[in-house]
Amino acid sequence: MTTYFNEMYQASSSGKSVRPPYARLEDWMKSMPAELRHMKQAEAEALFRRIGITFAVYGEGGDPDRLIPFDMFPRVFTSSEWSRLERGIKQRARALNAFLVDVYGRGEIIRAGRIPSKLVYQNAAYEKAVAGFRPPKGVYSHIVGIDLVRTGPDDFFVLEDNCRTPSGVSYMLENREIMMRMFPDLFRENRIQPVEQYPELLRRTFASVAPDKCDGEPTVVILTPGHFNSAYYEHSFLADLMGVELVEGQDLFVEGGFVWMRTTEGPRRVDVIYRRIDDAFIDPLCFRPDSMLGVPGLMDVYRSGGVTICSAPGAGVADDKAVYTFVPEMIRFYLGEEPILQNVPTWQCGKSDDLKYVLENLAELVVKEVHGSGGYGMLVGPKSTKDEVEAFRARIIADPGNYIAQPTLALSTTPTFVAEGIAPRHVDLRPYCLVGERIELVPGGLTRVALTEGSLVVNSSQGGGVKDTWVLAE
Amino acid sequence: MLLTVDHVTRYRYDHPVRGVAQSHRLTPSIFDGQRVLSWSVMVSDATKGAQFRDGAGDALQSWTVKGPVSVVEVRVRGTVETHDLAGVLRGHRESVPPDAYLTDTPATAADLALRDLSAAAKGTEGPLAAAHALAGAVADAIVYRPGVTEARTTAAEALALGEGVCQDHAHALIAVARAAGLPARYVSGYLFADQEGAAYEAAHAWAEVYVAGLGWVGFDPANRCCPDARYIRLGSGFDAQDAAPIRGVARGPGHEALEVSVTVTETAAQAQSQQ
Repeated sequence: MTTYFNEMYQASSSGKSVRPPYARLEDWMKSMPAELRHMKQAEAEALFRRIGITFAVYGEGGDPDRLIPFDMFPRVFTSSEWSRLERGIKQRARALNAFLVDVYGRGEIIRAGRIPSKLVYQNAAYEKAVAGFRPPKGVYSHIVGIDLVRTGPDDFFVLEDNCRTPSGVSYMLENREIMMRMFPDLFRENRIQPVEQYPELLRRTFASVAPDKCDGEPTVVILTPGHFNSAYYEHSFLADLMGVELVEGQDLFVEGGFVWMRTTEGPRRVDVIYRRIDDAFIDPLCFRPDSMLGVPGLMDVYRSGGVTICSAPGAGVADDKAVYTFVPEMIRFYLGEEPILQNVPTWQCGKSDDLKYVLENLAELVVKEVHGSGGYGMLVGPKSTKDEVEAFRARIIADPGNYIAQPTLALSTTPTFVAEGIAPRHVDLRPYCLVGERIELVPGGLTRVALTEGSLVVNSSQGGGVKDTWVLAE
Repeated sequence: MLLTVDHVTRYRYDHPVRGVAQSHRLTPSIFDGQRVLSWSVMVSDATKGAQFRDGAGDALQSWTVKGPVSVVEVRVRGTVETHDLAGVLRGHRESVPPDAYLTDTPATAADLALRDLSAAAKGTEGPLAAAHALAGAVADAIVYRPGVTEARTTAAEALALGEGVCQDHAHALIAVARAAGLPARYVSGYLFADQEGAAYEAAHAWAEVYVAGLGWVGFDPANRCCPDARYIRLGSGFDAQDAAPIRGVARGPGHEALEVSVTVTETAAQAQSQQ
């Protein structure tokens, strides 16, 4: 029987005791009878609906208008827990950017034999079009979303890195906003570090990477694929909070080596574009010629230093599932440091020793296809029948190089409001690290919670919800 | 040789369009095999945009034309001094690693037939011999014949047809070279036609294969040779679309008709002795 780390309660001589970060929440919890709780929950839902925040996180698909369940029970970190996480996250964000500068530059890490050339240069996310070009301040990934899970008091593992345009930060901001509105007393009793500065930090991050050709205050815009996109709400929300224009491809044009925005007062030069459009669609003259979402000629302006694109085209080569395995190596290679946050141990079935281990322990492991995503073509050993495990064994043996295996992680739980009252449910965490002239991290992130009892899957398409994430002041 | 190029591309729109944006790779590459004596690219009623050299070493130049406009004309004129380097791209500065050119695109993906054809590389001594063998195999398998294939024909389709033009030869050679583990890429440029009456298109394309120790080496299966002093190199890419000398889009519903004329002539080399 696997034991799961409960972030609120720990075993003690008297049965169980409350861990310090949650100390003041126990009274709050007890002060809420079921009726009040139901009322509050309905109130929260009404608030979310009024704001209109109803989009799917992480491109999970599903109904984009569906409200993601919000759980009122906050997830809490102490400042010392957070400061270690913060150092680990910033370290990782620095290494990932150093890797991108390197692979589009001299490729030292490949020459040194620390990562296979094929994994990088034949990667679908590698963009030959930007080889040799160094973006302003050497930053490729301006917002690094790092997905973390916890398995013990001091044990955190990185599940994956998101270097392109990680979504979900609007939930971090909205969850806090709504908690403060509904439970102002909680925020007086607990010293919770704010997250509301995130939009301003994001704007400053973008401004700090404006191209050299920009004179004066940089003009920043958010480029969205349009209102049919599942994260459109977030695009408009962030534009609003940053005080910048939200534009679509047709609102921008290229002339004389610069990008211009059509406005009622005539064209206005744009210096930094936070694009929420994939590389393949941002410029039909450089990438997919049939794209109607992008700006023709944008990549030429970018590569001649007339505009900055965030994240930089080509940044995706750092967050690939196979490249992930090498992030600890990147940290050692570029920073000369030991990784503060651990990767999930991964066995490459293409290696004979690893394959042997995987086949011997198949029923305990999670096995994934190297290029799979969204949980397809995947085996969760402990949750599968004997037949399913055996069928998967045959597939691995037929094509070992196509599979990686990881241990089934014992995700931590936090108390969560459920129909029967309060019960532990499994959670993960996505903080958003900002990289510009400086590296910034607001104390918090998006906590996703698996609302189904026993479930380890936090995806909203499979019954996941979200929580406010607190980091306490010292 | 001294080669003079006159290359006109005219886009006609049946309804005036609101604007046109183009990105050009229309300037000769810088390497030991060619030296530009004069070169100009003019676009009718256009504004010059971004200008830079990309990681593959190509000179790129953007242009925009404000609408309403019904005709856009791109005129390239210039003279280049060329030398025969037996296809070797010597002295060319670029930063894209050769391994990046092992990536397939839809136009260059190898099907079973192309994989079979790539067996021509087996048993050869070293990558240079392999590349020669592959270029020969492609020339044998695809007969030069204009009008059979179109711009979107893939290497696999051209091989199945057994006929095609220089673009198809280049795509097929790229496909078989990559299948044999050799980085390969598409090159666009110009070719001076000699009196032999051999297969030829003045606006030409061929392939380059990366040979460790030697660097990039050009192969022109259409003419069963390596590029020599009759060739002018403009730029490269994964395939024809990626290496296109002109990429453009027009804003508006107008249908586009294209006219192209290219002449490459040899100029008397009276000034050469002074070098």
